[in-house]
Amino acid sequence: MKKYREILLDPIFNNNPIALQILGICSALAVTSKLETALVMAIAVTLVTAFSNFFVSLVRNHIASSIRILVEMTIIASLVIIADQLIKAYAYDVSKQLSVYVGLIITNCIVMGRAEAFALQNKPVVSFLDGIGNGIGYSFILIVVGFIRELIGSGKLLGFSILPLTNEGGWFVSNGLFLMPPSAFFLIGLIIWAIRTYKPDQVEEG
Amino acid sequence: MASESISKTIGVVVAICFVAAIFVSSAAVGLKPIQEENKKIDLLKNILIAGDLYKSEETNVSETYNSKIQPEIINLENGEVVPESNFDDVLNIENFDIKNVAKSPEHGKAINPEKDIAKIVRMPKEMAIYQVKDGESVEKYILPIYGKGLWSTLYGFIALDKDLHTIKGFTFYEHGETPGLGGEVDNPKWKSQWIGKQAYDEDWNLKIEVIKGQVDQTSEKAKYQVDGLSGSTLTTRGVSNLVRFWLSEEGYKPFITKLREEGNSEKI
Repeated sequence: MKKYREILLDPIFNNNPIALQILGICSALAVTSKLETALVMAIAVTLVTAFSNFFVSLVRNHIASSIRILVEMTIIASLVIIADQLIKAYAYDVSKQLSVYVGLIITNCIVMGRAEAFALQNKPVVSFLDGIGNGIGYSFILIVVGFIRELIGSGKLLGFSILPLTNEGGWFVSNGLFLMPPSAFFLIGLIIWAIRTYKPDQVEEG
Repeated sequence: MASESISKTIGVVVAICFVAAIFVSSAAVGLKPIQEENKKIDLLKNILIAGDLYKSEETNVSETYNSKIQPEIINLENGEVVPESNFDDVLNIENFDIKNVAKSPEHGKAINPEKDIAKIVRMPKEMAIYQVKDGESVEKYILPIYGKGLWSTLYGFIALDKDLHTIKGFTFYEHGETPGLGGEVDNPKWKSQWIGKQAYDEDWNLKIEVIKGQVDQTSEKAKYQVDGLSGSTLTTRGVSNLVRFWLSEEGYKPFITKLREEGNSEKI
């Protein structure tokens, strides 16, 4: 049982896909200007990673290594299309904000990376858990970044005013920089710094 | 390994593609009705917002729409109402899709690049408009507008009072501008600025514009001007251009002139 727990929880701090593996950075910049979009994106990526790991692992002994990437892409792309359709049907407002970024989960290195690095060598159930774990690791960073960006950039959380803005009669002057993609770079950099100060073994040799 | 043989490789790939195709197509087909419904409700909701009829989350969108709004398709060149007998698959009031109509060779047309300040290249020859009715008389005209901002094409509505020069509502229902910067076109406070502004002056010259920075309220021009959004000069310029395009001779001006000559409008 301990093994399962490790597989599930390790990617959050010990082996975070964004902070340690430095994968999936671009989507972390694009969808985190609001907490709501970050949440939906986090759920979508977690489910896609989990199921793609599961299915890749299921067929891992039957695919020739020369075409394995094509097969992985087929599975991932299908899952992403299904996720996109579901979001359009049940969270229409969010899907309008996420626009192309749901489709771009296909190119998210985390999904492909876990399929290659884990699912090809492991059994389906363990791979599924690994996908969930990595998805949570990704979600953790996305939610932290989304939280800070929405709070400082527009004084809101999930669309509710937390810090009343000056242009709506409050006292808080929003910082427009936090709505621009570069701010996510700064924040992710700071998070990586914090995690590596706390766990010095993650520091790469110079 | 046995899995490297050619026939097995092809077999596995075909099987995987087949299964994937079934999943994808059933998701796409199965969820389509819900998606179409969402899209339609969203459009109606935005028409109601432009007409100031959407008061709260509880407003029943289709009921209010059916009781208050009378849609009509007009010919943009002469302002005439297009009779239902001329409707076809592309051009019909039930599901009027600006993009489809503009694209169609029959109902769309290319715009003279010199006049195309909204940067939309093609536009519909006939356009759906939405009249807000109070009993028999028309209170407001809700006119669809669209044009390029910084990153994306913005689609929205502008509502004109029955006097045909006072703006009564303004909203976008689809755009891809930067949230927090150009995306502030959705800010209710900014949108409310449009209400009460004059689109035309006494001689029916097009005057409305979005300026850079804040409007000087003491100036004579203040009633024709809307504040720009700080940090989004290009989106603001796009919005100004697209509004001016659609209210010009290229857009709804012939329709407005025709209504005015018919005496539907009061004296200024």
